[in-house]
Amino acid sequence: MILNFPFIAVIALIIIGLYAIIFRRNLIKMVIGITIVQSGVNLFLITLGYREGSVAPIFTSLPSGTEIPQGMAFPVPQALTLTSIVIGVAVLALMLSLIIHLYRHYGTLDVRKIGGEK
Amino acid sequence: MSYLDFILQHSPALIVAIPLLGAFLTPLVSKINNKVRNIFVILIILITTIIVLLLASDVFAGNIHTYVFGSKDLTLPIVRILFEVDAMSAFMAIIGSILLLVSVIYSWSFIDKNSGLDKYYTLVLLLAAGMFGMMLTGDMFNFFVFLEITSIASCALIAFWTNKGKSIEAAFKYIVISSLAALFVLFSIALLYGQYNALNIAVLGSVIQFSYLDKIALVLLIAALAMKAGIVPMHMWLPDAYGRAPSSVTLILIGATQASLYGVFRVCFTLYGNTINLSTASIGWIIVLLGLITMLIGVAMALIQSDFKRLIAFSAVAEIGFIFLGIGTGLTLIGNNQMFNLIGSTAMSGGIFHIINDSLDVGLLFLVAGAVYYATRETSLDKMGGLARNMKYTTIFFIIGLLAISGIPPMNGFASKLLIYESTFQLNPILSIIAILSSIMLLAVFIKVFHSIFLGPALPKFKEVKEVPKIMLFSMGIIATIIIFFGLFPDLIITNIIEPAVNGLINYEEYIRQVIPTFAGGF
Repeated sequence: MILNFPFIAVIALIIIGLYAIIFRRNLIKMVIGITIVQSGVNLFLITLGYREGSVAPIFTSLPSGTEIPQGMAFPVPQALTLTSIVIGVAVLALMLSLIIHLYRHYGTLDVRKIGGEK
Repeated sequence: MSYLDFILQHSPALIVAIPLLGAFLTPLVSKINNKVRNIFVILIILITTIIVLLLASDVFAGNIHTYVFGSKDLTLPIVRILFEVDAMSAFMAIIGSILLLVSVIYSWSFIDKNSGLDKYYTLVLLLAAGMFGMMLTGDMFNFFVFLEITSIASCALIAFWTNKGKSIEAAFKYIVISSLAALFVLFSIALLYGQYNALNIAVLGSVIQFSYLDKIALVLLIAALAMKAGIVPMHMWLPDAYGRAPSSVTLILIGATQASLYGVFRVCFTLYGNTINLSTASIGWIIVLLGLITMLIGVAMALIQSDFKRLIAFSAVAEIGFIFLGIGTGLTLIGNNQMFNLIGSTAMSGGIFHIINDSLDVGLLFLVAGAVYYATRETSLDKMGGLARNMKYTTIFFIIGLLAISGIPPMNGFASKLLIYESTFQLNPILSIIAILSSIMLLAVFIKVFHSIFLGPALPKFKEVKEVPKIMLFSMGIIATIIIFFGLFPDLIITNIIEPAVNGLINYEEYIRQVIPTFAGGF
């Protein structure tokens, strides 16, 4: 059960994030929702690569007596997570800059008061 | 080894690398001169197009290209990034390169009075790199990365006219939808990776079991990619984005949307190809149903629009429905060999042929809308009229686009729609009745537009309106020529381009054997 805990956290994070995106009316809070979903997905990737009792997969600085490769965590999901974090920062910056522009045009961050086309 | 062979061998990497390099050089080049920058960008896209055509001609001859980064040959287990180009990818890349080329030529005059054009061209080239990457890659995670590059670049391009609140709003909507979709794609990639310890599409396709988790991953992948492609329950971002972006950008956005559509088909046919007999009927019918809803809602919404570009955007939604209908019909029948040869392959060719026809027809209409906007600074249908007097050539191009999108015989839309009608009628007559109905409604919509923009009495405020610059007419002319050519010689296109693409999608074993030579296929 305790080993499943990270997966429960993943699902909880994704659902909280989705709730924020769908039901919050403030643009900044929607963006926060997206970041929460992203953290959930990143946590999921990291959890997949973890072996019980393993060390960080840095080949040159392994503690002596480490079994290779059984004693190391999977490096691939960590590389994926790193890429995903970098992309996430780019998306976040873009979204916040769009919000600045929107605020200049409409003077509010409430989605109900901004535009809306039929 | 001759230069041509060398280029051909490295072409999958070059197609992505050249626009990417060009994107980072553009700000430097634009320090020299605006004209030099425009020529530089067109040259970059032209070189990419030539390489795409070179690669495509080789792929259509029957060789699937694989390109492994960081190694000369494939070694198992595969943790390398790998590009795999089969006929379907090459076909999509041709569409992308045509749209890009026309768009950058059109941008020369369409957007020359705006500031910040060095950033505009940089983003266009980045979008090109992302789009080609999505089409050519053979790796799921790589697909996700290119998906994100495409959405970031296209979001910034949609918001290019930052002085308009509506365009920023459209861009925000787009980035929220597409980043969420991309996260779900990543989540399902993680689900697949956790089970099979592989990221490569071919390797995953060879071991996939269609377990409970795989079903969840399939649902998430199709939902997320269909959201990016603008299928109806998730289409609300598309009319905003298409309607508010500059027309030259909209043209490339069509290409990016088609790349997501390609993702849906790659997932259904190749990634889950081995389990297709288990999943066939239900997934095929879901795609058919989505296609039907998309067509109906798209045309119904197009009928009530009063903004020119928004109206075309809704008809673009409807056109995507036709593609889904055709390919979904193929997918429902793929488990049944006899029925598939009888109906399914026709439906698939119709659907795949319609991908290119849709992007050309809708693209031409958007270019016309851009030309009308350029000449009159007006997009509302209620305020325009009598423009055929001032803009003769634009009117002719609009008529060509109108006939093509509603499937009238001498144009390309007719060829692919007829294939779809014929085959879906044999599966279930109601499908083709709905398809024909929406096609007729599209004709009605565009006749209304034609009347309210180009016909009617001359309005005094449009007395000074002149025909748009020659370079814009030239780029519209390119698309119109291709449309008429496809309409006159559809069998030439179908035998040489469409059928290899259909075979590329169906024969997932071929695709997998490029990476795992021992793969036997089936259960």
